[in-house]
Amino acid sequence: MNLRGWIARAWPAVPILAALLFTTILLVMFGASPIESLEAMIRGAFGDQSKTLSVIAFWIPLLLSSTGLLVTFTAGLWNIGIEGQIVMGAIAASWVALNLEAPSFILIALEIIAAMAAGGLWAGLTAVLKTRGRVHEIFGGLALNNIAIIFTNYLISGPWQPPEGGTFRGTQPFQAAALLPRYANSRFSPLSLVLLVIAFAMVVVALRGTFWGLKLKALGKNLRSAFLLGVSSEREVILAMLFCGALAGMGGAVRVLSWFDSLRQSISGGIGFLALLVVMLASYRILWVPLIAFFFSVVLNGSITLQLRTQLHSSLGGILTGVMVLFVLLFGDANKLRIFGKKKSHE
Amino acid sequence: MNDSEIVRILASMILQATPLMIAVTGETITERSGIVNLSLDGSMLMAAMTGFVVGLKTDSVWLGFLAAAAVGALFALIVAFGSIRLRQSQVAIGFVLTLLGDDLSAFLGQNYTRIPGPVIKRMGIPVLEEIPFVGPIFFDQDITVYLTYLLVALTWFFLFKTQAGLKVRAVGERPEAAFARGVNVDYVRYLYAIIGGALVGISGAVYSFNVKLGWSEGHTRGFGWIALAIVIFGGWSPIRGALGAILFGATKALATYLQRAFPQVSVVAFNAIPWVLMIAVLLMVSSNITERLVIYMPRRIQRPVRRLLRVGPPMALGISFGDD
Repeated sequence: MNLRGWIARAWPAVPILAALLFTTILLVMFGASPIESLEAMIRGAFGDQSKTLSVIAFWIPLLLSSTGLLVTFTAGLWNIGIEGQIVMGAIAASWVALNLEAPSFILIALEIIAAMAAGGLWAGLTAVLKTRGRVHEIFGGLALNNIAIIFTNYLISGPWQPPEGGTFRGTQPFQAAALLPRYANSRFSPLSLVLLVIAFAMVVVALRGTFWGLKLKALGKNLRSAFLLGVSSEREVILAMLFCGALAGMGGAVRVLSWFDSLRQSISGGIGFLALLVVMLASYRILWVPLIAFFFSVVLNGSITLQLRTQLHSSLGGILTGVMVLFVLLFGDANKLRIFGKKKSHE
Repeated sequence: MNDSEIVRILASMILQATPLMIAVTGETITERSGIVNLSLDGSMLMAAMTGFVVGLKTDSVWLGFLAAAAVGALFALIVAFGSIRLRQSQVAIGFVLTLLGDDLSAFLGQNYTRIPGPVIKRMGIPVLEEIPFVGPIFFDQDITVYLTYLLVALTWFFLFKTQAGLKVRAVGERPEAAFARGVNVDYVRYLYAIIGGALVGISGAVYSFNVKLGWSEGHTRGFGWIALAIVIFGGWSPIRGALGAILFGATKALATYLQRAFPQVSVVAFNAIPWVLMIAVLLMVSSNITERLVIYMPRRIQRPVRRLLRVGPPMALGISFGDD
């Protein structure tokens, strides 16, 4: 193989390395040793069993959301409202946990169903605003994100505040029967992993092997061919959004029922936006999505330990993931960069 | 509520609206040339932080504004480069930059949170500030407010009354036609993306120096998205955009008043007003709800009302233009 072939093959590593370099420079600017920081991050992610289980517990709702986004991205929709869908799922699950009494497995089933319904409803609202009101899903979703977050703050400072008084931090811990059974006192719940595997398998099959998947692809690629296929864009847009919202809502339920044990102020922890980055980085390669989501989970959990150790702001994890996606978007495709001179364009 | 209180609320409304007007004007210029800079929320945060830190270190708000403009221009340049040269999705790049600007500003500004810094002092315009009612609302503000009035008016004049403005609009509407007439489409788009981005950057610094003094994590979070929505509501016209900004400034000013008037209502409920308003105004200009209502109006005013309410984006907005 000639040099040009080798460069083309190794090229995908370049933006990743550039992102690592960018983050390293930031660390050095703030007087932190890059090697020590990396070590702190790795120790924060894999230092002991509970830390590793935390990485997995964070990964599960993140991947649930990313899985939902695969559907909306395929349909060409920018479901930025996913953050609010996670929050509404968390609120619905919390309502069940705070208000109903039942044997554990019934309670958990109800919580998950309520969360999926609430997430779906919130996504459906964005979808209807788009199809009927012609409000772009980015703006509808964004406004609904903020409304959902404000609603959470209202609940935990008002009607759902703990008996000892509102602290703005969260509700009182839920009854034990309402929580997902967790493995070895960690935040990881095996049941949520089972749900995740089912959801992911369903989406892979739906997108790759069903007519619905084809219709969504047609919709996402090109409205005209979708029209020729006889795809009702309104119906598919709403369905895709409902599907994504339901999975995001389930992710929200996992957040309150296993990551935390109560409804908290920033319940989503930004996993909705992070999931958007995951899917953008994977750029439709479905099987890469779980790996990238896992890597992001490692980075984000590691950067929390980094903050404890070095007093550096934990947003460093977000910077690393963001810069990585930006560089891959900008420089990931060597052909588009035209580094080998101007080639004949196919467009 | 007495007269002086109304005046105070209205004056605060103008102050709240000022940075939004600047950002909306900037983004309007950019979108008129056919590029969507979706990174507003992140670039405003980065610019607010950079402007504040530079202003603090040099003890000069003007250097702060300059630095903020540079940051805003850089973000816009990345979006423009990604879309024009690399043919990538403007929405994708803009969205990533939004998140990145948020995190970067939190990290880089971590040692400068909640400390006092330089501020711009109020400076009434002689004579004009004496006008009863109107004077204290519009002309007893600081210099950035007056410059913003000027900016909005000049931008409107530039876009709709000058040859160069016509060129910008042509590039945004029909790039092929503009290209055929000898306009360098890519150059125009780069230029006005950068100018618009610089204005967005300045708007971030206006928050740090005038409206919401200082810097804290997530200082201007949300305002960038509101500005993007106002651009649509404003029908890509600087003057309508400015009116939209004043509308949102009014909700902010009114929320402060309502909180005092109705202490039994939860404080957090008032925070939702701008977001509900955002959906409402977008529905008003985009959906056919208004169209259905217009039919019931007297025939004579139907046409002007329709012209007033209906807006459409520049036709080539967000679409890359191939010159090869």
